[in-house]
Amino acid sequence: MIKLDNVSKIYKTGTAALTDVTFSMDKGEFVFFVGPSGSGKTTLFRLLIRETLPSKGTINVNKWELTKLSKKKIPQLRKKIGVVFQDLKLLKDRTVFENILFPLEVTDMDHKSAKQKVEKILEEVDIMEHRNKFPLQLSGGELQRVAIARALVFNPDIVLADEPTGNLDMTTSWEILKLLQDINKAGTTILMATHNTDIINSLLKRVITLEKGKIIKDEKRLEKSVHDTSKSEAGESKKEKGLPAGQPQHEPVRRLAE
Amino acid sequence: MKSLKTSWKHIRRNPYQSMAAIFITTITFFAISIFAFIIIGSSVIVSYLESRLEVVAFFKDEAKQVDINVLQDKLKHTGKIARIKFISKKDALAKYREQNKNDPVLLELVTEDILPSSLEISTKQITDLPSIAESLKNSPLVSLVRYPQDVVSTLTKWINAIKIIGVGLVVILTAESVFIIISIVGFKISQKKEEIEIMRLLSATNWYIRWPFILEGIFYGIIGTILGWISAAVGLWYATPYLQPFLKDIPLLPVSPIFLLELLLGELLIAVIIGVFASMVAVLRYLK
Repeated sequence: MIKLDNVSKIYKTGTAALTDVTFSMDKGEFVFFVGPSGSGKTTLFRLLIRETLPSKGTINVNKWELTKLSKKKIPQLRKKIGVVFQDLKLLKDRTVFENILFPLEVTDMDHKSAKQKVEKILEEVDIMEHRNKFPLQLSGGELQRVAIARALVFNPDIVLADEPTGNLDMTTSWEILKLLQDINKAGTTILMATHNTDIINSLLKRVITLEKGKIIKDEKRLEKSVHDTSKSEAGESKKEKGLPAGQPQHEPVRRLAE
Repeated sequence: MKSLKTSWKHIRRNPYQSMAAIFITTITFFAISIFAFIIIGSSVIVSYLESRLEVVAFFKDEAKQVDINVLQDKLKHTGKIARIKFISKKDALAKYREQNKNDPVLLELVTEDILPSSLEISTKQITDLPSIAESLKNSPLVSLVRYPQDVVSTLTKWINAIKIIGVGLVVILTAESVFIIISIVGFKISQKKEEIEIMRLLSATNWYIRWPFILEGIFYGIIGTILGWISAAVGLWYATPYLQPFLKDIPLLPVSPIFLLELLLGELLIAVIIGVFASMVAVLRYLK
């Protein structure tokens, strides 16, 4: 579904945001992207929605090769990828309902159908009671739910979540994560950028680690639900991909927390 | 429909900027309307005067009526003549007495014998007058040919000067309207930069983003046109009773409603062009 092949991104200032990044993802996967600030996570997401072009390499998302995608087709691509931005990008002068309706307003969907869709998503994401509030009236967790709801309006195949638990307390972070897991269980591919090691360690999903624009680790662990620690096989990796020669084959989960 | 709603929202939320744009376009189209009246009116006046221009040939006392008739026929056969009228000595005296009825001294001095008979000739094309005048000059029957060749050319020069000034003023005002609309639309785009960026990231096409701004530019143009046209038409309607005595027989006033409607439609077309052009410039400049 997603395939990056030797992708590099060098900005005009000379900064290499990404260097020779290669990985692929199947439909329905849930992948964490971890790394410190400046490691290239956000740049990667920007490439996936064709907000910018790579300096080198190819990117395939579904049927599209993004480096060859014409500008006219970019809106079609972006309908297939829901994005939860790091800074949320909610419109302060619109209510929760209007913010979620916003992406539907830019399409040809009739107003009645659009409103019905938004109502449905408000229920799914459990923010119906806040529908008429403005972003300034909401808590961090509620804002994240609104951002997630907006990312889901087009029933996307892929959701990119850039630090969705960044400013949240642990309880709220788990709630958001549960929501993303539910979306993933329904078949949506999730890419989540985070540096929250507790979450990464607990969920045991595939983890791609970035440092200074390069993938230094790509581990796939056994699936585990958020609250089901009895089935945990922490420390054992099932499969590895994309490791350079000479690296150890198994990276225990706890090493990520060091 | 969505674009119209968004456009109206932009206009409504910034009423002072919208009023500034409408104000300047109103002045522009008021000037266009007034100059349209002046230019078309002066063309009508010139055409009327040209149709009234004539050559007058005064005959010698010894010219016989038979010979004068032959000359008349010869002129008619050129095909250039619109109107030809023989004024006998008697007719000339009657005309003179009518023109000077308030001056008895002048009336005493002049008798029928003094005044010559004449031919008053007007041509179908004003350009034929000089050749007719020349042929009359060469006739042995004619003592004097009067042909006011400078009147029309002087009048035409004045009218051309008014046209040039009018066009220049309209061009300046139109350019001003264009720049004002560019500035206002550009300012609104910059105010909505965040919203536009989010729209793009959420799959909005470029034209979805552009259309409301272009409609806004068209709106300013159309409203300015209507207000400017109404102002000019009302002004003309009010001035008509004062102008009519000066124009006498010239068929200019009152202005036909059909002409006014045609003028409005023409101006609306120009308004749409100005609105689209100005807002497209703003959109392409500020929405990169």
